[in-house]
Amino acid sequence: MEKRVTFQERGLPYLLIAPQMAITLIFFFWPSGQAIWQSLLLEDAFGGNTKFVWFDNFTALFADSAYFASVRLTLVFSALVASLGLAVSLLLAVMADRVIRGASVYKAFLVWPYAVAPAVAGVLWGFLFNPSVGVVVWLLSGIGIDFNYVIDGNQALLLIVIASVWNQVSYNFLFFLAGLQSIPRSLIEAAAIDGAGPGKRFWDIIFPLLSPTGFFLLVVNIIYAFFGTFGVVSSLTQGGPAKATEILVWKVYNDGFRGQDLGSSSAQSVILMLAVILLTVVQFRFIERKVHY
Amino acid sequence: MVENRPWLTAFSHLVVILGVVIVAFPIWMTFVAATHDQETMLHAPVPVMPGPYFFDNIKTVLTSGYNRPGSIPLWTTLFNSMVMALGVALGKIFISIISAFAIVYFRFPLRMTCFWAIFVTLMLPVEVRIVPTYGVVATLGMVDSYSGLIIPLIASATATFLFRQFFLSVPDELAEASRVDGASPLRFFWDILLPMSRTSIAAMFVIQFIYGWNQYLWPLLITTKPDFYTVVMTVSRQASVVDTVPAWNLLMAMALLAMLPPVAVVVIMQRQFVRGLVETEK
Amino acid sequence: MAQIQLRGVQKTYDNKVQVIHGIDMQIADGEFIVIVGPSGCGKSTLLRMVAGLEKITGGEVAIGDRVVNQLEPKDRDIAMVFQNYALYPHMSVYANMAYGLKIRKLPKEEIDARVRKAAKMLELEKLLDRTPRQLSGGQRQRVAMGRALVREPSVFLFDEPLSNLDAKLRVQMRLEIKRLQRELAVTSVYVTHDQVEAMTLADRLIVMNAGSAEQIGTPMDVYERPASVFVAGFIGSPAMNFLAAKVGEDRQSVDLAGTGAQKVTLLLAKPTTATPGTPVALGVRPEHLLPLSDGPLEFDIDMAEPLGADTLLHGRFGAAGEPVTVREGGNVQVKAGEKRRFSVGTTRLHLFDSQTGKRIPDAA
Repeated sequence: MEKRVTFQERGLPYLLIAPQMAITLIFFFWPSGQAIWQSLLLEDAFGGNTKFVWFDNFTALFADSAYFASVRLTLVFSALVASLGLAVSLLLAVMADRVIRGASVYKAFLVWPYAVAPAVAGVLWGFLFNPSVGVVVWLLSGIGIDFNYVIDGNQALLLIVIASVWNQVSYNFLFFLAGLQSIPRSLIEAAAIDGAGPGKRFWDIIFPLLSPTGFFLLVVNIIYAFFGTFGVVSSLTQGGPAKATEILVWKVYNDGFRGQDLGSSSAQSVILMLAVILLTVVQFRFIERKVHY
Repeated sequence: MVENRPWLTAFSHLVVILGVVIVAFPIWMTFVAATHDQETMLHAPVPVMPGPYFFDNIKTVLTSGYNRPGSIPLWTTLFNSMVMALGVALGKIFISIISAFAIVYFRFPLRMTCFWAIFVTLMLPVEVRIVPTYGVVATLGMVDSYSGLIIPLIASATATFLFRQFFLSVPDELAEASRVDGASPLRFFWDILLPMSRTSIAAMFVIQFIYGWNQYLWPLLITTKPDFYTVVMTVSRQASVVDTVPAWNLLMAMALLAMLPPVAVVVIMQRQFVRGLVETEK
Repeated sequence: MAQIQLRGVQKTYDNKVQVIHGIDMQIADGEFIVIVGPSGCGKSTLLRMVAGLEKITGGEVAIGDRVVNQLEPKDRDIAMVFQNYALYPHMSVYANMAYGLKIRKLPKEEIDARVRKAAKMLELEKLLDRTPRQLSGGQRQRVAMGRALVREPSVFLFDEPLSNLDAKLRVQMRLEIKRLQRELAVTSVYVTHDQVEAMTLADRLIVMNAGSAEQIGTPMDVYERPASVFVAGFIGSPAMNFLAAKVGEDRQSVDLAGTGAQKVTLLLAKPTTATPGTPVALGVRPEHLLPLSDGPLEFDIDMAEPLGADTLLHGRFGAAGEPVTVREGGNVQVKAGEKRRFSVGTTRLHLFDSQTGKRIPDAA
């Protein structure tokens, strides 16, 4: 992807790219380097003695059952958020796509949850599910279900899943809708002439053509579940009750800032960095292929 | 529509309407809660229809904040959020568009290195490197300042990518024609490229404004003085305090105010926003 | 004075791929030169080197008395019309035309005078406030020309400006361009792959193939005395027919394979320099084959294409079944497989070396 025509200037491009490079170096590479460095240290909570301990922090993590619990939790959480998020938004997108006339109106109504901060989304759903005054809790008690996320770990997990999915639905919906609308009508018409009904048309034609979009969204949703949901957890459960919702990103924050265990927190950051890099590389390689359509 | 299946169309409408209702439900309840007084909100079941106290609650929250010690008037936080959101959006657009211009329209040594360096930032959201980034900012003395709130967040590459993508799609001949016309590169950028980029800039603005406004973790960490608190972080902090019974009416009023500007921006600029989202994908 | 001189102009990419192999040409002031050739022959690259949009890796280009190799396009006193018009989409027609003048800091009245003069010449007066999006293809084309006109340069450069127009518009615009150039008498270099455009517009042509100039000459030179099989086949539509033949003993005739064992001999107008028995490609244009009931050439016709004023007959000749095309006047009806006989004037025969493809000159 190159331009045939370029300008011949010596100093100008450096000047133009300097601000971004400067900020990237200072606020991205330097801290990332620090994170890697700090993950190899053992620091006194009061900043007194600092020891270089190689990979002790990492081995400590791998031996820590709490860490593994958090890893497992995060994987479960991501799987739930991603699958629910994709399924619901796909359904909405398919239905919205069928009703061509109303589609833009519906789009307007489904778009805005994206604008709500995850932290605020947590507050809203915390209100709906509040053990004392939550509307949904009241409705559920009406049918005999006792919902109290402050006490029940599984219910807490369920709640943050719901809040996160709600927050992410518009994003997924928009992409699915755009993907659906980019499928040429002639393909669908050809299938109809071949005798396929709406169900078959969806599974045999639309779904496969939508899979690049779906894959892209899957990765985005996983990254969102890993990191973007910090606000939800912070507003709603703060990792509780009893670490039932302590996803990895929360643990990094908690151990680093509240627990003051910088070494462990940095090691966790480094591991997360590697995970994200892996995910992004996978996504980029796959998308490359998609673009050559 | 390929065939005429009226019942399937009706069903589709139904599903989408249901979706809209479920999506809107939390907002509706929030709004309703903000319209009652504190007493009403303390007993289940809470009302599902609005009451008369909307403007009172809003006023209270704006001027004196939450009804407990140490809370700040929401005006201040709204102002801070606005400064931060605008700063992030405009700052990011500015540095990204000139970087994209440099990368696309010039050949210089280190070009690909810079490109990859910028690309790498896409891969690590701020939450991952939160602890050391705080360290750097503290070292630079940028805690409790607008620059500390804004600058570290404009490092990421999404905007650069969008602009790069757009510039690559601009026909080469336009740059050549401007060269023949006698325009210098900066002239070309200002007179030709920038006006053509209007929609991309608008799309980026929407996305980055929301991003900046909705930041939670970062403002939480680097502000210690309440004068610098942002509205999203304030709402979340108040909600997560576990000790006393919350004043739901005020809390929900605050939540509404926290949501209002970004939602307004999305609604008003919906088309550009959707375009920006879908095109950042590539 | 705006003559252009190309001296051994070469272009090599990345020190590896050479795409232009030494072009030499002198272009007089006011001449209309057309560079014509198939896609990929390097004609646009050559034009862009004259413009300053591509670096010249070998040889020299001089405009007027100056060697311009190191000069930026804006310093060469040229104006260019691009294939896709390259109009600034957010500016009005007026602003598009005025832009180059604005950068050169011409006084406002001067800019206005020049823009309006050009608009008048190109019939754009009513469109000055519109944006490119609101214009048709032909109108955009004229705006692109207007932008070049107002600069009053020494040289006009055209890069396939008519390629994106529909057939009818192309014919119309072709005439306008020719008329304008006559009126303004500005040296012009025009690139096209369309040989009709080349023939009708040019004072002289360069026919290019794979980075080399196969022939430089007037349209009639190129038509009547093509320098190679390539030029002969490229200029003229439908393309020239080529038949395998051998030079006759007397050097003033050629022997064709003919049908069966019979030999067909055709006389040439002048003796050729080739030795008897040399294998040649005999070229004869479709329009020069005359129907004659006892003519020497017998073709098996299998298809007729009625064009209205003429008919194209497609068929085969000889045992080898070499494909031939004949252009006959009027509406000619044929049955598939019908045999028809033709003759050809002696001056209408062209001999080309079978191996090099170059024209074999006449003796004296």
